[in-house]
Amino acid sequence: MNIRDDKVYVHWIHSIQGVGQKNIVKLMETFNFGKNIFDASESQLKKVEGINEKIVHNILENRSQEQLHRIAEKIARLKISTLCVKADNYPENLRNIYDPPFLLHMRGCILEQDQKAVAIVGARKATAYGKWAAYKLAGELARRGITIVSGMAYGVDTAAHKGALDAGGRTIAVLGCGVDICYPKTNGQLMEEIAAKGAVISEYALGTEPNAGHFPARNRIISGLSKGVVVVEAGLKSGSLITAAMALEQGREVFAVPGNINNMMSAGCNKLIQEGAKLVTNVEDILCELDIVPESVNKKVNIELSETETRIYEKIVEKQPIHLEALSNALQIDIHKVSSLITILQIKGLIEQLPGKILITK
Amino acid sequence: MLSKIYSCVLSGLDGNIIEVEVDISNGLPALTTVGLPDTTVKESRERIRSAIKNSGYEFPIKRITINLAPADTKKEGSHLDLPMAIGILEAAGQIRCENIREYAFIGEMSLNGKLNRINGALPLVIALRDWGLKKIILPKSNAEEVSIIPGIDILPFENLAEIIDHLQGVKIQMPLDCKPDLEKRCFNCYEEDFGDVVGQEMVKRAFQVAAAGGHNMLMIGPPGSGKTMLARRFPTILPDMTYEEALEVTKIYSIAGLLNDTTSLIYNRPFRAPHHTISSASLVGGGRIPKPGEVSLAHYGVLFLDELPEFHRSVLEVLRQPIEDEVVTISRVNASLTYPSKFMLIASMNPCPCGYYGDENHNCNCTPQQIKRYLSKISGPLLDRIDMHVEVFPVQYKELENDSITKNSLEIKKAVNLAKEIQTERYKNENIVFNSQLKPGQIRKYCRLRENEKKLMEEAFHKLGLSARAHNRIIKLSRTIADLAGSEYIETEHLAEAIQYRNLDRKFWNM
Repeated sequence: MNIRDDKVYVHWIHSIQGVGQKNIVKLMETFNFGKNIFDASESQLKKVEGINEKIVHNILENRSQEQLHRIAEKIARLKISTLCVKADNYPENLRNIYDPPFLLHMRGCILEQDQKAVAIVGARKATAYGKWAAYKLAGELARRGITIVSGMAYGVDTAAHKGALDAGGRTIAVLGCGVDICYPKTNGQLMEEIAAKGAVISEYALGTEPNAGHFPARNRIISGLSKGVVVVEAGLKSGSLITAAMALEQGREVFAVPGNINNMMSAGCNKLIQEGAKLVTNVEDILCELDIVPESVNKKVNIELSETETRIYEKIVEKQPIHLEALSNALQIDIHKVSSLITILQIKGLIEQLPGKILITK
Repeated sequence: MLSKIYSCVLSGLDGNIIEVEVDISNGLPALTTVGLPDTTVKESRERIRSAIKNSGYEFPIKRITINLAPADTKKEGSHLDLPMAIGILEAAGQIRCENIREYAFIGEMSLNGKLNRINGALPLVIALRDWGLKKIILPKSNAEEVSIIPGIDILPFENLAEIIDHLQGVKIQMPLDCKPDLEKRCFNCYEEDFGDVVGQEMVKRAFQVAAAGGHNMLMIGPPGSGKTMLARRFPTILPDMTYEEALEVTKIYSIAGLLNDTTSLIYNRPFRAPHHTISSASLVGGGRIPKPGEVSLAHYGVLFLDELPEFHRSVLEVLRQPIEDEVVTISRVNASLTYPSKFMLIASMNPCPCGYYGDENHNCNCTPQQIKRYLSKISGPLLDRIDMHVEVFPVQYKELENDSITKNSLEIKKAVNLAKEIQTERYKNENIVFNSQLKPGQIRKYCRLRENEKKLMEEAFHKLGLSARAHNRIIKLSRTIADLAGSEYIETEHLAEAIQYRNLDRKFWNM
């Protein structure tokens, strides 16, 4: 049985050890189709510039129908598509950077509206504040029809994706491994959700394991896809600062969410602000800087509150972040009443509870 | 010559009556003990020989056979010294006492004939009384312990010579005054009080709910937030023990040898806080002849496990069955014994390996994986048996200075007692006493949610990301909170408060 879809051949050649994006460009220029590479003789392959003996050996070794079928099965199961840089639907933002990836593997799809994208990046070891800020900003941007791009790592990245998904918006995850591999593993469910409601993309071949060296390169795609990059929480040596540097190189806006000056986790952000990044306190700060016209803004519905609920809510607005017990003391209301009412306020979506019974407004 | 003396041996929490039969016949001088004695009983022949000699009597140089009837059960304990010595003297004709069969004897002897304190005197005496014996002779140092038992004459003695004088009618001793009248005693002589703790109102409230509904509780908080301090005060708000409960607890302590000369009855609820290096055998009980473990020593009281994730996982897993069944059966080659283990579990843990996750004043250095691994050390099935998760965070200095009056234990306890009465009344036809014991079918029967509350529950699950296993627990907790408020129905506010006690189900903890 012959495989008709040329995509399978492209995936096959990409998955061979030693064949990177640059080699594929050369091979495709020579042979035009993936199928031709598969059928090429040893001498034909050797003639291609940049393809050394070792790679030729690897290609010949892996040239089997079995391999092809395995790849074809995986592509069909995970619904993986591939975009070439020359394709019409290749993301325009990305095409314009200095070194766009020749091939972009993808689960889910990239739409026209994803041109309006903002990246949110930050520490994996984020504090509750960082996660909260990422979640909130992502949600508000997504509600205005803006796609959120991030790296699906722990902490800020995860919070940003979740924020966008929970707000019913679109989000794109850029991986440092193959799109068939979930890293970190615990984000499996999130990855499926992103693939269904946005896209999971990578420039690495199927089956590529995550590798420390892949991540800086991945960061250029994150910033490349977006109009601006928001750094939420970053230490002084954070990978997020690399993303910010890439963004500047690519001519993207850089935003930073300020943090407490005592907090090492925010030191990188504060340094970015010092160097001229735009300080972000709310979503308007991002929107007015980018020439993005927001699609629609969901107005906050007026929620009915009882008298005590209003008192509690107003106190939280005034003193946040505030501990549950301090709140009870300040209002002179019994602790069990307060704790019951904050559950109601949480359900009404007005406030949020952080570890340690710390309350903040949403 | 043959003599028969009554005594008793322990089997778990109960005593089995035995007869010590002594026969003296002519032949080569020897002393043989039969009837499955263990080493302590076999060794007693040396003590008996010296004790009889040093008390001014003569050890018969004849062939002596001692049988412990019934002969097919294992017997252990040094308290058989006394009945064996009395049997020998009676069989040798050195004691003349008509009514020796009215007495039972228990006691260990020194070489000089002095009687030593024994373990398990309380259950032994209760068993002898229930069997129908009227008089019991035992060491003086056990007198205080057994003085609470009515319906039997207790005759405490210092040494063997005195006993013989009494039996022969030379110098008769009067039985001990029984003092079972517990009402007069001071209940709840706790040194601690919740009033000592400044702030932490939220945790105190959680303890009140736990005490009222019999809910197990897990406290999560950084080091130094006062978890242990709070847990130590938990027994002070539990309902007073009844006489029967106190007796059962004292029995266990008697067997474990944890009573001293001056304690008679344990009327404070026990508080056991084993260190996390504990083995499973010492937690649930064990040994060649199984002894009660920490779960039984915490019977009718509190078992406090500090730093829960530091316990060996296998140790925590053995806790599951005692929590569920309220008894623990320990099987060994020699015996299979059942001890009661009806305790409340209070556990504490740090939120992460370094301890400071979520603390405003410290930076946490743990990675998300480390935190996840740390939390996952506690298995789901064990977590399922803990209804409440409460966060405890350090009190700020400002609050320490604050003079606001905090509730003391007595006030908290008042509401607890009322809630307990409501539950006792409601469950009089069921086989349970606490809301925490409700089975799914009973939840549907007794904890009906009305429309508004159902809606709230649904929204809470949706918006707060609670896990499914939380559902029934939240309903049980809200039933308790409603009982504390004296409300017949579960109202919205009760349900909303209950949701606050399920922190580990929350989304933020797993992000």
